[in-house]
Parts: sequence; C-alpha cells; structure tokens
Amino acid sequence: MRYIEQETVVRRMNGRMIINRLFQGLFLFATLLALLALVILLYRIVTQGAGHLSLDFLSNFASRFPEKAGIKAALVGSIWLMAVVAPTSIILGVGSAIYLEEYAKKGRITTFIQMNISNLAGVPSVVFGLLGLTIFVRALALGNSILAAGFTMSLLILPVIIVAAQEAIRSVPGELRDASYGMGATKWQTIVRIILPAAIPGILTGSILALSRAIGETAPLIVIGVPVIIQFLPAGVMDTFTALPMQIYDWSSRPQAEFQTVAAAGIIVLMAVLLFMNSIAVIIRNKFDKSY
Amino acid sequence: MNTATIKTNINTAQPAAETAQQVEKDSVYSTRQLNLWYGNNHALKNVDLEIGENEVTAIIGPSGCGKSTYLKTLNRMVELVPSVKTSGEIQYRGRNIFDSDYSVEELRTRVGMVFQKPNPFPKSIYDNIAYGPRIHGIKNRKILDEIVEKSLRGAAIWDEVKDRLNENAYGISGGQQQRICIARALAIEPDVILMDEPTSALDPISTLKVEELVQELKEQYSIIIVTHNMQQAARISDKTAFFLNGEVIEYDSTDAIFSNPADKRTEDYISGRFG
Repeated sequence: MRYIEQETVVRRMNGRMIINRLFQGLFLFATLLALLALVILLYRIVTQGAGHLSLDFLSNFASRFPEKAGIKAALVGSIWLMAVVAPTSIILGVGSAIYLEEYAKKGRITTFIQMNISNLAGVPSVVFGLLGLTIFVRALALGNSILAAGFTMSLLILPVIIVAAQEAIRSVPGELRDASYGMGATKWQTIVRIILPAAIPGILTGSILALSRAIGETAPLIVIGVPVIIQFLPAGVMDTFTALPMQIYDWSSRPQAEFQTVAAAGIIVLMAVLLFMNSIAVIIRNKFDKSY
Repeated sequence: MNTATIKTNINTAQPAAETAQQVEKDSVYSTRQLNLWYGNNHALKNVDLEIGENEVTAIIGPSGCGKSTYLKTLNRMVELVPSVKTSGEIQYRGRNIFDSDYSVEELRTRVGMVFQKPNPFPKSIYDNIAYGPRIHGIKNRKILDEIVEKSLRGAAIWDEVKDRLNENAYGISGGQQQRICIARALAIEPDVILMDEPTSALDPISTLKVEELVQELKEQYSIIIVTHNMQQAARISDKTAFFLNGEVIEYDSTDAIFSNPADKRTEDYISGRFG
C-alpha cells in the first residue's frame, strides 16, 4: 500500500502554494514598512535641516539666536566622550569575553554571571545614568566630567560588547585551538595568535554598533547632569562637556520654530557621525574576514 | 633560500639518529595501568602499552573503543575536555607525563599531533609552518625560512607549494592541507608524531600519499596512528594494538595481529565480523 497518493498531493498543491505566496508577501511588506519609515524620517530631517548646515554651524557654539546656533561644543564633546568610552568598554568587554569563553570553568557561577550579563543588556539606560551618578559623579567625585559620563556609557554598552565578543570567540573553530595547543602553545599565545585574529571582525562589528548606541544616548547624560549650553571646549577628561544628543534634545524642546531647523541640522550631523562609524565597522569586517 | 646547507643538515642529522637508535632501542612511551573517565563514563580501562622508537604503531578498534582517547592522552590533549579524570601513569622517555612539574606545553613540543580533519590556520602556508617555531621563540627570518623548507620537504609537499608559500592555506586541496598540517607538526622538530585518523577525510590518492609519507617519516620519528581502516594499519604499521570497550585486547607485531591473532575478538574484528 502507498502512503502518499499522487492525486491527493496534486489536489492539495494549490492551498500550499497560496500560503507560500501569502507569507512571502507578508515578509516583503514588513521589510518595506521599515524601509518606508526610514525614508520618511531621512527625507523630513534632510529637507528641514539641510538649509541650516554650513561650516558656521559646525564651528559656532550654542546660542539663543537660532541663526547663530552651532554645534561645535556638542560635536567635540561627543568625540571626547567616545575617546573615553571606546577604549574602556572594548578593553573591559573583550577581556571579560575572553575570560568567560577561554579561561572560566563552566559551572554554576559562570552560568550565573552569563545570565546577569544578558539581563544587564536589557536594563534601561536611565538606570545606568543613576548608577553613574551614584558611583562616578558622587562617590568617586568625578563631577559631571567627560570621564564620569564616559565610564557610565561604558557600563551601559559593556553587556552588548561582551555578548558580541563571546559570540565571535565561540565561532572560532575548535580545531584551530587544538592545532595550536597541540604544538605546545600556551593559552595566551593561542588567544593572541589564533583566536583573536579570527574573532576580530565579529568583535569590532559588535563594539562599533555598541559605540553607535552610546553616541546617541541622552538619558544617562541628563541624569548625570551634563549641561547643554557650553561656550568652551573641554581641555581634558576632567572637564565638563555637552554631547550631540543633549544639544539636539535641547533645541527640539525650544518654543521657537527656527530651532526645529537647527535640531534637524544637528540630527544630520549625528547621523553622519553614526554612518561614519558604521562604515568603519564594515571596512574592518571586510578586511579581516576569513572563511573557514 | 639556501638549499645546500639544508641538504647537508639532513644528511648529517640522519646517520646520527640511526646510531642513536641502535644504541638504545628503547620504548618511547610506556603506559601502566592507565584509566580514564569522562565524567562517569569509564573510557580507558587498565591500559598497558609499550610504544617503540622509530616504529609505526597502529591503534585499531571499533568506534567508541577509546583509541582516539588514548592517543589524545599521550600529549594530554584529552584534558581540554572538561570533567576528564585519569589514574595510572604514562612514562614518556622515562618521565611521567602526569607529573605536576611536567608542563603540557613542554610535552607537546616533543610530541606533535596531526588531526582527523585537516585544520590549517587561516594564514599563509608559510605562517602555518612557522607557527610552531615562532611560539617557541624563533624570530630570525633566515632560520624560519630554512625550517619552513625543511618541514615542507619532510612532508613531501615542497614541490607542490614552493611557489605559493604566501597564499592562504585554505586555497589548496584537502589532501594538500593535511600534508601541510603534517609539515606544521614536523616544524617543531618533535620526537613522536601522533596521528588521529589522518586520512579519514581524504580521497584515495591523497591517502596513498600520506601513507607513503608515514613510511618515510618513521626513519626519524616514532609514529602512533589511530585508524579506522584495517588495510591501512596492515600496510603501514610495525605494531598494532586492538582496543575494544576501553581495553587493550591484543598488542603485537602487525604481522602477528593480522595473520595469527591470539584473541577471538581480534580475529572477529579484523575479519570484518563486527565494528
């Protein structure tokens, strides 16, 4: 006896085909919707803000007159902030990931730590702001400096970097580790010469995406008490500063209509910085990418 | 590259090795009452084996009999698996490899390993071979060049890759990759080479090349090879150990094992009745 009747298969074929096409259409719709939202956003921002973009906008400090308002302090402040966040979070994050993947014995404690790292990635950024306020601003008396804000931001994105780096390290084939250990290499030599070079595209992609998140975060900076209007450039990490999202937030909440244009121009600058960082991530990934 | 000096090196090195061999035809490894557990799984039971110098020792047996585990115990790679426990001892050249003052790194410098699946690093052929010497501190480019050539010649693949040393090792065929891996193991100038089913992922022609290579290498190295392929064991080995369920059932010269096995289970296995 045959279990599969050719006629029944043919009879049912139409229904299967319809469902197949239905889901294809649904997924296409979902993709287009996201794309549409992005296009509308970009269109609005660019049409609104492009007129205000000029070299003066980049080189002027904030002002209460919209036509004179510039983004210099915020742009430089954000760059300073990244200069603190990038090394702090990448060194700590990759270090933790290496420890968890290569050194730590798998057991209850590592499972517990792992679970908490994943949970931390979901904690709202304003909570990290409160943490930063308590530890860095008050307890360590760093005030509302670049260093305090940088450390707070580093804590915020640390879980994301750790998880991304762990994924990248885990995806390095075990045979490569075996080959290295089999020749008498120490753990450290294996990590530096084999594992990290193979994992670097993944680690850097994850790190730069995390940094992109940090450069756009406002809530922790507000909680820490980072000022908006600043008429000087920070000279060191202990100085106070302002950042792009703070400045944009301030402009967009002002009553004068002209400031909406200024805010849009600020958003264009922020997006340009983000795009620049993401393209670095792409370049690095392509440069180091190796297939196994 | 200075080929003349390398040739003379090889020529002077060989007679010295031969005389040393005649003076002391010792065992390289002697395993006594070795037991090994993966968690609660008793994988090796009271293994006693003497492995001779400049011989090819084949380890055969059905899947899961502990032959690969035993091989990986010889350079303590088995300890990379968490929850492994061992008892008993393995003397390598008179020293117990489980001694706390015997570092695994030192042991693995003397005992090279070739794995089941070709596993070159995603680096150039040159950097693959130079990896071992470099981790052991050799930086001089001229010395590295000589080691690379000598190792590739030793693995009989120099002529095939000499013009593409800077190409990625992933770009060559699987059979060539495996010989690159053998050359990489030779580059640390080991005493023993462990081979874990080195031809199971290769086509017949590449397999033949690796087998011929094993025959040449035994002049200078002691080789222990795990194989699924009984014809291979019969073709290339001097001695054969038959493992079953974690025990050594029979260990003798390959001729004796294959022509006149003492144990019924060995006979059943080599005549293809199970496994």
